[in-house]
Amino acid sequence: MNLLSHTVLLAALPMAEGGHHAPVVAPDMGFGGVFDLLWLVIGLPLLGAVLLLGVTPFLPAPARAAVDKHGHLLGTATAVASFVLSLVLFLALLGRDADQRQVGQQLWTWFETGSITVGMDLLYDQLAALFLLLITGVGSLIHVYAIGYMAHDPRRRRFFGYLNLFVAAMLTLILSANFVGLFLGWEGVGLASYLLIGFWQHKPSAAAAAKKAFVINRVGDIGLSLAIALMFATFGTTDFGAVSELAGEAEQATLTTLGLLLLLGACGKSAQVPLQAWLLDAMEGPTPVSALIHAATMVTAGVYLVVRANFIFELAPIAQTAVVVVATVTLLWGAILGCAKDDIKKALAGSTMSQIGYMMLAAGLGPVGYPFAIFHLLTHGFFKANMFLGAGSVMHGMNDDVDMRHYGALNKAMPVTFLTFAMGYLAIIGFPGFSGFWSKDKIIESALSENLVVGVLAVLGAGITAFYMTRLMLLTFFTAKRWETGVHPHESPKVMTVPLVVLAALSVLGGVLLLGDWIVTWLEPVTGHAEHHEPPLPAIAITLIITAVVALGVAAAWFLVGKREVPREAPRDVSFATRAARADLYGDAINDAVVVRPAAGLVGGLALFDRVGVDGAVEGGSAAVGGLSNSMRRLQNGFVRSYALSLLGGALLVVLALLAVNLG
Amino acid sequence: MIEFVKPSIDYFELWPLLAVFGVACVGVVVEAFAPRELRYRVQVVLSLAGLVGALVGVVLVAQRVQTHDDGAARGVLAVGGTIAVDGPSLFIWGLVLALAIAGVLLFAERHLDGGASAFAGQAAAVPGTDAESAAIAAHREHTEIYPLMMFAVFGMMLFPAANDLLTMFVGLEVLSLPLYLLTGLARRRRLLSQEAALKYFLLGSFSSGFFLYGAALLYGFAGSMEFAAINEAVRNDVGGSTLLLIGTGLLSVGLLFKVGAVPFQAWTPDVYQGAPTPVTAFMAAGTKVAAFGALMRLFYVALGADRWSWQPMMWIVAILSMFVGAALAITQTDIKRLLAYSSVAHTGFILTGVLGIQAADELAGGEISSVQAVLFYLATYGFATIGAFAVVSLVRDSGGETTAIERWAGLGKESPVVAAVFAFFLLAMAGIPLTSGFVGKLAVFSVALAAGAWPVVVAAVIASIVAAFLYVRVIKVMYFDEPVGTGPSVAYPSVLTATTIAVGAAVTLVLGVLPGPVLDLAAVAGEFIR
Repeated sequence: MNLLSHTVLLAALPMAEGGHHAPVVAPDMGFGGVFDLLWLVIGLPLLGAVLLLGVTPFLPAPARAAVDKHGHLLGTATAVASFVLSLVLFLALLGRDADQRQVGQQLWTWFETGSITVGMDLLYDQLAALFLLLITGVGSLIHVYAIGYMAHDPRRRRFFGYLNLFVAAMLTLILSANFVGLFLGWEGVGLASYLLIGFWQHKPSAAAAAKKAFVINRVGDIGLSLAIALMFATFGTTDFGAVSELAGEAEQATLTTLGLLLLLGACGKSAQVPLQAWLLDAMEGPTPVSALIHAATMVTAGVYLVVRANFIFELAPIAQTAVVVVATVTLLWGAILGCAKDDIKKALAGSTMSQIGYMMLAAGLGPVGYPFAIFHLLTHGFFKANMFLGAGSVMHGMNDDVDMRHYGALNKAMPVTFLTFAMGYLAIIGFPGFSGFWSKDKIIESALSENLVVGVLAVLGAGITAFYMTRLMLLTFFTAKRWETGVHPHESPKVMTVPLVVLAALSVLGGVLLLGDWIVTWLEPVTGHAEHHEPPLPAIAITLIITAVVALGVAAAWFLVGKREVPREAPRDVSFATRAARADLYGDAINDAVVVRPAAGLVGGLALFDRVGVDGAVEGGSAAVGGLSNSMRRLQNGFVRSYALSLLGGALLVVLALLAVNLG
Repeated sequence: MIEFVKPSIDYFELWPLLAVFGVACVGVVVEAFAPRELRYRVQVVLSLAGLVGALVGVVLVAQRVQTHDDGAARGVLAVGGTIAVDGPSLFIWGLVLALAIAGVLLFAERHLDGGASAFAGQAAAVPGTDAESAAIAAHREHTEIYPLMMFAVFGMMLFPAANDLLTMFVGLEVLSLPLYLLTGLARRRRLLSQEAALKYFLLGSFSSGFFLYGAALLYGFAGSMEFAAINEAVRNDVGGSTLLLIGTGLLSVGLLFKVGAVPFQAWTPDVYQGAPTPVTAFMAAGTKVAAFGALMRLFYVALGADRWSWQPMMWIVAILSMFVGAALAITQTDIKRLLAYSSVAHTGFILTGVLGIQAADELAGGEISSVQAVLFYLATYGFATIGAFAVVSLVRDSGGETTAIERWAGLGKESPVVAAVFAFFLLAMAGIPLTSGFVGKLAVFSVALAAGAWPVVVAAVIASIVAAFLYVRVIKVMYFDEPVGTGPSVAYPSVLTATTIAVGAAVTLVLGVLPGPVLDLAAVAGEFIR
């Protein structure tokens, strides 16, 4: 009812003049039919998490043992059911007219304090529909894959509980109709990621990585929570509908601040510079499964946030520019890291960082870029999931070794993994026809039209991507065998390879979403109509240039890696650039110098003040009280005559006090 | 010749008083005629029945007197206007009776000390003589403690309901005399106990003398003992205000002695320490409730029109009580003495509430009256105190109860439940949120603030910080200090003590989390009638 009354109320307000406006979010409520089941999309995996994590520990021992044994099937079933429901919802949405594809559902009033009311409201529109499919679809495949991967882990039931919790939180993030609900999912995702990264908590490195991810994410969360507070202060609500209506009337400075705060939140969750440091460490996560969760699913939350808040960014050009700058820096940063890493998961994580940079770049371009940000997000979801699961399959065969210098010539030993991985590889470098080709090409084309420098840097990034992905490919599947003694690579079980095949197919075919500009048209009601700028060159020329740069990168890798002998140990006498890249471009050192050490100094100063100033006052006070107490104790000497005397003195005191006040 | 007029007695309204008094008298008869082996059972059942009957009576009377609903005074003046059965009286009666039931349960506990209660087998036997050994060997015990306690309860009910100075004095004495006796009846450390009893008696008599003299002076001023008449005289300013002021001062000495306010607190540590722990528990909770009821009635009903003359004195006493109580508690090494000084500090906090505005029509919207705040605080304090002392009776070593704080080190490991419950009571006394103490403190501070007594409230907040230190110190000893020697042991109590502790803890928690109903009850109690 709040949403509705807001909408009705605000419709009467005159729209601010000037500037182009993002479309107003105005969902239709009470649709009926299958849309009434919207809440179940979240509810199913949540139920799974509650059953596996909350209820099972209280069951009697035999029942608990049964759940421990078969709980993963329940977890997988809820995820798959959620996917099926998402698919049905998507089809139902497809069947509606283009202007009636925003569905709202009000579950209950979450809390009400003073003039602020926050509802547990859901919003299902074109944007959410695509995310739902990605998250539940890829999520289901992860569940299936993990059945095989975690088969021998004694805590498998708990792992699936965490996975379900993650999916439920991510869906809450996507489906919420206000920023507070989004924040709930945001934090839930953070919690689940903490639990998953640190799942093998007996490894100190995993525990430390979990902590690092959590702390760095907190920095971003501060941005998001401040943004929410500012929205409450400015608009009195955080409903997407009301805020998108009212945004035009807010002051420019407020909107810019809001945009920058949201960007800070997005940087934390999406591992953008300067909050990128956690993602590579998160690869300590026990399994490629959780690595994938962070690399292909959770990190897209920041992109979602920027696209969803388009009604704010559209009115805050400074914040939009900041998004583009952050994105460009990150896409190069991640690509450079990817070149230097020998750990296969870390190389993929660097590549993820870089690809998210592309998405953010597109999102920073405004309505021209939003659809392509989401398009690249989807295709990336397919091919990166494909490659992460492929990497997991490789590790599975190599006794959990992650060092690519110990791989080589695995194409024969693991044919399915190799072939599927190759599809992902071709997609990510943008081999013509594969999904990544279409999506990246579109982003670079838009960037070139908007800003030449950014566009050129994006092209450069594509070249580096081709280089490091080719290096990864060569080190792993070609070149000479450099296996550790006693390692006998073998193909993974069906339960692991089937998801690979599915994802490989999607990596190849993901480009169909662009047929007839389908995704652009589909998202237009959410992201707004784009005014096209003419690119500096014809589109086909741009495509050819990008392809040429990519080919250059592949060739460079071939000559630098494929044609040479690969040492089993990383060489030490390397250039400064390589050393810097191996050290994550000194990301941790920068954090240390810019944040940790000044903060430690500040805390040290505060501690000193606390010791000298506060403790001094408190301890001095307590010493004074103690001394007073000791001297007063002597009056309590145990002699009743002294007590009687004190009583008499007290009586005199009381009477004199009365007389003095009244007669004096 | 003065014609004697037989007063009309409102038996229904006085039923709670009469029930307790009757049971006390029957108890004396039981002592005289019932065979020795039956007495314990008969006395306990009789006392509990009387108290429960009285409690039921309180509920019924409360429904009867609730005739008008404007938050103002309601009730009846019984026995020729000497006893006021009004909202505050009934609230205090209910509270005293509930605490007395808990007290009987603690008195009747015989599991803790090898089948014997906490009371001397034969009080007349000189400590350390053959007579005492013989009494112990014969498993003697004094079941007179139950009728004595009933008389004390009767006094505690009469005291706050008294509507003239003489009745109040009678209430004061009826409440005090049995307590003097009970204090001297400890089974262990009898010399300490007897010394405490004697000190209590001497100082109590001394303070009663002040009270009586003050009553005489006030009679001289007003020409009447009745509160309503005194109020009239004060309001009309009949002259002789020196008489009024000195009389007020001397009366307050008697009352402030009973509540244990500084500078009349000297008896509390010695008596709390020397008395058998069940008696300490009952006395600490019950006496304070009753005496504050009486204090409020005297100062609000009889002297309310003269508020500005006695309030500055009360400010000083309140501040002194809070600081002296908290400061002295810090250096105590005995847990019972520590709780005694803490009760002195609590007296200061309650006096802070007494300084608030009591008349409902003078309050701004949403404010609570001082009567409401003080009654609520008394409820929180009573249950936390009786529970805490009940826990004290559980912690023992070879020589009986061990009350030295250093001997409590390691209790957290020895008995996590007992340590946790005690820590909870301490936190409640410190006024930590989610305990009753927090709500109580908030209530009294806010009424004092509303009445403009902010210096007292500032002092009270500072004193609360000092007091928090001493409670946390005990928690630290229980959980973080290495035990001395063999460490403390915890006696396993019977259902009697266990019930008392559980109820005390439950009330403390519920009043902290959901204070609404009891606050409303105190609000329904309304004002004192005149």
